[in-house]
Amino acid sequence: MADSTPTGALRRGLTFWRRSIQARVVASTVLLSAVVVAAVGWLLIQQTQEGLLKNRVETVVAEAANETADVNSQLARAPGTDNDAGTQLRDLFEPIEDRGAARGFAVVLAGPVGSGVPLDGGGTRSSAGLDVTSVPGSLQDHFASPADPAWTYTQIRMDQENGEVREGAGIVVGSQIELKADGELYTLYYLFSLDEDAETLSLVSRALLTAAVSLLVLVAGLTWLVTRQVVTPIRLARRVAERLAAGELQERVRVTGEDDLARLATSFNQMASSLQKQIRQLEELSRVQRRFVSDVSHELRTPLTTVRMAGDVLYDGRRDFDPATSRAAELLQTELDRFETLLADLLEISRFDAGAAQLDTDDVNLVDVAHRVVNMTRALADQRSVAVLVRAPGRPCLAEADVRRVERIVRNLVTNAIDHAESRDVVIRVEGDESAAAIAVRDYGVGLAPGESAMVFNRFWRADPARARTSGGTGLGLSISLEDTHLHGGWLQAWGRPGEGAQFRLTLPRRAGGQLRQSPIPLVPVDSQEMV
Amino acid sequence: MTAELTAKGRVLVVDDDASLSEMLAIVLRQEGFESLVVARGDEAMDAFREFRPDLVLLDLMLPGKDGIDVCREIREESGVPIVMLTAKGDTVDVVVGLESGADDYVVKPFKAKELVARIRARVRRLDPPTHELLTVRDLSIDVAGHSVTRADEPVNLTPLEFDLLLCLARKPWQVFTREILLEQVWGYRHSADTRLVNVHVQRLRSKVEHDPENPEIVLTVRGVGYKAGTG
Repeated sequence: MADSTPTGALRRGLTFWRRSIQARVVASTVLLSAVVVAAVGWLLIQQTQEGLLKNRVETVVAEAANETADVNSQLARAPGTDNDAGTQLRDLFEPIEDRGAARGFAVVLAGPVGSGVPLDGGGTRSSAGLDVTSVPGSLQDHFASPADPAWTYTQIRMDQENGEVREGAGIVVGSQIELKADGELYTLYYLFSLDEDAETLSLVSRALLTAAVSLLVLVAGLTWLVTRQVVTPIRLARRVAERLAAGELQERVRVTGEDDLARLATSFNQMASSLQKQIRQLEELSRVQRRFVSDVSHELRTPLTTVRMAGDVLYDGRRDFDPATSRAAELLQTELDRFETLLADLLEISRFDAGAAQLDTDDVNLVDVAHRVVNMTRALADQRSVAVLVRAPGRPCLAEADVRRVERIVRNLVTNAIDHAESRDVVIRVEGDESAAAIAVRDYGVGLAPGESAMVFNRFWRADPARARTSGGTGLGLSISLEDTHLHGGWLQAWGRPGEGAQFRLTLPRRAGGQLRQSPIPLVPVDSQEMV
Repeated sequence: MTAELTAKGRVLVVDDDASLSEMLAIVLRQEGFESLVVARGDEAMDAFREFRPDLVLLDLMLPGKDGIDVCREIREESGVPIVMLTAKGDTVDVVVGLESGADDYVVKPFKAKELVARIRARVRRLDPPTHELLTVRDLSIDVAGHSVTRADEPVNLTPLEFDLLLCLARKPWQVFTREILLEQVWGYRHSADTRLVNVHVQRLRSKVEHDPENPEIVLTVRGVGYKAGTG
């Protein structure tokens, strides 16, 4: 049964999931906790990031303002006679670049404002290795005309010594200065890297993640432990219930403590005790019933034997009597026959009711059974001028069954069919396969009205109460047949339509105790109108 | 039907029901049998020894001593045919009765003719004494002398067991179904309870086989019936 395919593993997993409350509770608790932890973690990271950036931006803007103030004071000190803007710009830029390299920021000096020259065009000075396009266009646009200092986030691209380009988050602050040499406005951009802050943030995130995972593991473990405390007694109770169901009525749950589970166990035990008591009572009743049936059987049969034999003696000597007494002897004889069959059928039924019927199984060939039954019922069939035909395959149709009971079922079906055949043929079909064998008895007589096919098996049921009791059946034959069939784990079903006749089908499993899935013969006969 | 006065045989009736016993005696007398009625189980053995019947009709439920025990005791002394009268046709009682030595049984209520047919089948000795000597493996069957010997040691069989063995031994090439054996040995015209055959084959095997678990004389043909061992 070991199924190693992925679908098999999946099915086993699903089964475990369906069956284990513990697994479901643990899983749903962990899932809910994970959602909560994720939300809280996200919130924490957001706030940390915000706080860090806000802090950094304040520092950066202050530093940039400082630098700009420095530059402005330097410009104020410069002699007004120096008219070479290029030299003045260089003198101005170089100290700032040096300071930036030392303190960790890059500088871009662009301008003059209003010249329309882009940053990556000529005339722009920048720190070594800095890609000037790191200054976003929006900020450049802002400073395209005289404007107040402004800042924004950006991606800073630096050319490394090994030729690679390093890219990282950063802040760029811009402010404008007026150069005395040409009276034009130039824009100074300071680019501060945010790498350190990103590192801090990732450190915090890692710590939070570790905490979250440990918390979830802890929650899972706790839930598992708690549900185990509840589920273990329930599982114990289930096992006991299963054993009770299997008939071990003395099984009880062990009660420990006084909590809810202990009380559940106590109630469970009370229920088991009361069940046990009732079943014992029923068993006792059934035993008494069986005993009674057996006693009645013996007590009734012995006097009936005497009556029977006395009747036989009278019947044999009836020619010596006067006509009335002679007729009385004949009536006595026939009614004794009826009485006897009725008694036998009643006793058989009560044996079934008491559950005392037993199977004596062997391999039975239903083809042989059909032929034997035809021979047995030939006298009755001839009397009604009915031909009973057997249609069977050339091979045996075997079923593991009690031959006496199967023969009785088939004989009942055939005599029943002969009774209702109205001088038309009766056809017995036999068929079998590896899982079941079936025998169907078809007649072309009056048939059955809708709804009657289920009622024919009722005790003492008659299709038409006014109809003459022709063959002297007891009215128990089909009920006994049905009980016999159930004893074999088989099916006995009837089909019929008014005017088209009826078909009774017996299906038996090939092996005793086997499950029937389908019958080798269809219930509705092929020659009926329904099949067209 | 006129009663024949020449007795065809003696029948011991063991039954506690007085009316039934009397009725049985009437029917048996009509059929030409001489009969003796015993009502108690514990009186049956004395009556049996004194009356020396050709057949015993035995009820299973008896006061004094159980019918099964009576059957067993008679069997210890004699192979006389025993026909059980039982009120329960399909219970273990029948099998127990057959295993304790009864040859046949009739279920109450039975018809007089049916009972007489059963009795006739058991007491008939119609086979003309032919000097026929059969062998099945190491068994020798003397048909006229009604005796079976193995290495000059007599094997004690009841008449029914002898008939059963003889039936199989006469046609060792043929497989007999239980139904055919019922007809030829018990004289049933219609198929009857095949347990009769099973039980008596077991009893026969316990007497003639070296190892009844691995029979060599009476072989089972699965799903069909029995045949005599050859060679």
